Amino acid sequence: MWGDFFRLSVRSIRRGGTRSWLTMMGIFIGIAAIVSLISLGEGLHSAINEQFELLGPNIIYVTPGAIFRPGGGASKLTDHELDIVKKVHGVEKAGGIISRLSRIEFRGETEYGFVSGLDPDMQDLFLDGTGVEIVRGQERFKSSDTYKAAIGYSYWSGDVFDRSVDIGDILRIDDKKFNVVAFVSEIGNPEDDKNIYIPIETAKDLFGVGDDYRVIMAKTMPNADIDDVSEEIKEKLRKDRGLDQGEEDFQIMTMEQVRKSVGIVLDAVQAVLIGIAAISLFVGGVGIMNTMYTSVFERTQEIGLMKALGARNQDILYIFVFESGMMGTVGGAIGCIVGVGLAKLVEFLAARQMGSGLINAQITPELLIGAILFSFIIGCISGILPARQASQLKPADALRYE
Amino acid sequence: MGREKKHNGPIIRLDDVWKIYQMGRMQVEALRGLSLEILPDEFVVITGPSGSGKSTLMNLVGCLDIPSKGRVFLRGEDISRLSESELAQIRGRIIGFVFQTFNLIPSLTALENVILPMTFQGIQRYEREERAKKLLDMVGLEKRRHHKPAELSGGQQQRVAIARSLANDPEVILADEPTGNLDSKTGKEVMDMLSRLNKDGKTIVLVTHDINLLRYGDRILHIMDGRINERGGK
Repeated sequence: MWGDFFRLSVRSIRRGGTRSWLTMMGIFIGIAAIVSLISLGEGLHSAINEQFELLGPNIIYVTPGAIFRPGGGASKLTDHELDIVKKVHGVEKAGGIISRLSRIEFRGETEYGFVSGLDPDMQDLFLDGTGVEIVRGQERFKSSDTYKAAIGYSYWSGDVFDRSVDIGDILRIDDKKFNVVAFVSEIGNPEDDKNIYIPIETAKDLFGVGDDYRVIMAKTMPNADIDDVSEEIKEKLRKDRGLDQGEEDFQIMTMEQVRKSVGIVLDAVQAVLIGIAAISLFVGGVGIMNTMYTSVFERTQEIGLMKALGARNQDILYIFVFESGMMGTVGGAIGCIVGVGLAKLVEFLAARQMGSGLINAQITPELLIGAILFSFIIGCISGILPARQASQLKPADALRYE
Repeated sequence: MGREKKHNGPIIRLDDVWKIYQMGRMQVEALRGLSLEILPDEFVVITGPSGSGKSTLMNLVGCLDIPSKGRVFLRGEDISRLSESELAQIRGRIIGFVFQTFNLIPSLTALENVILPMTFQGIQRYEREERAKKLLDMVGLEKRRHHKPAELSGGQQQRVAIARSLANDPEVILADEPTGNLDSKTGKEVMDMLSRLNKDGKTIVLVTHDINLLRYGDRILHIMDGRINERGGK
């Protein structure tokens, strides 16, 4: 009997023609939005998690400035602070990075990008903490190296200058000649990929600064608790600067904290977007209800006939609920196809725009089945009231209706 | 689907039945204390002018409506004691309907329209299809099984409706103006078909205002102002 009700519902939907399609459109817009947003959101989540996994889980980052404190950005991190960090119990090693926006010239072309000075002793720490690798050329700067440069992906891939920069080429950074000795792997972020790394002593000369670190990185010992160590660094630096708790003019982060913070923000953004999509789905449900009421109204005589032929109230109820459920399901299925298409389009555009695979839509069978099931339920719920009205029609009255 | 055991007494009995409609502040008495018995194998013609209460009577005889007062018995059972679902099921088994406007479901083929009443009785698919095919063959529509109502002539549609009315092998065929939308030749074919069914043991209740059809009835019930005036038949 269920199969017959299903067939009757399909026939009725087909008979509805354009109206059925328009009704289903209300559902498929909502489902398409939800499928694309969830798949992109999940993709973004896992991409970010993957990025964080590349970074060292046992590295603490100390940066100058406080986000929530006026004037907090003016503070500096110096060798004195670096020494404090190094002496904290549980810190294996620590080092600082100097970084400045610089003018870079190559074969008559000029560009601007960040240049970072690395302490040769902390190169492993830096590579661990940022997840980058040396893909070609000299593996590490030697302590005797000066005016040598390891260049970011954008330079050697040819994204910055007309000609890609090669090992052995000469770059002019703030009017000083640098010999390119290594290629750094692609990070996926255009700004980071346009970074150039030079030995720290050369950087101090070039920028005319002694010790003004953009970040201090500290690696914890294998058996140390990273949260305890970061808390101790925070306390020691605060005491050294004579600051009260909560008044810090520096920040301490671990990758786990960053990952959690980013995750919370992403979840919130995704929840808002899905909420908006859910409203459109609700409107789609109201559309189904409207169509079903119209259908009951138009098919009053048919309902009376079916009752005359022996249909019970629940038979009529099931036929109409099935019909609305089917409209939801078909709308949901189309929505899934459109949603997947949209997600893939965004993925493609993002890859083209950002030149990386950072956003990969994660389309899982669970997501698609869940979306279709959800559409079916919305369709059924939307159809219950009209179907109940249909089922309670008196056969004599319904047959007389014209 | 076997035919149910025949009831010895009247198949349908109306006992002092009143049907009163409330029209705003006015009450309209469509049927006034009407009593009637439909016996097995009868061909009963109910006739009367427009507004006489014919349609109201047909609804009560067909158990499609309940009276305001009085009682209606279907095979000896008071229908007011049945739930709507029970009544629908029994009605589907005992009474087959043929309407003036054919009332076929436009989205279904002829075969599917004939299958429909059997679906509501929960008959197995294979059995339903076989039976529906036989019924369509019987009414001469073996080549029109898969046509939709819009692709059939009026006469063909009414024949599909007759086949549908026989789907659950009912005891009674209730035909409401079955020739009203047909030309005289096709109308005669339909009436001859109903006559044959009556000879084969079906009880026929024909509701019409066409005096040319009175000759088919064993018994003619003339309804006027909600009351019955019984006359003889052929």
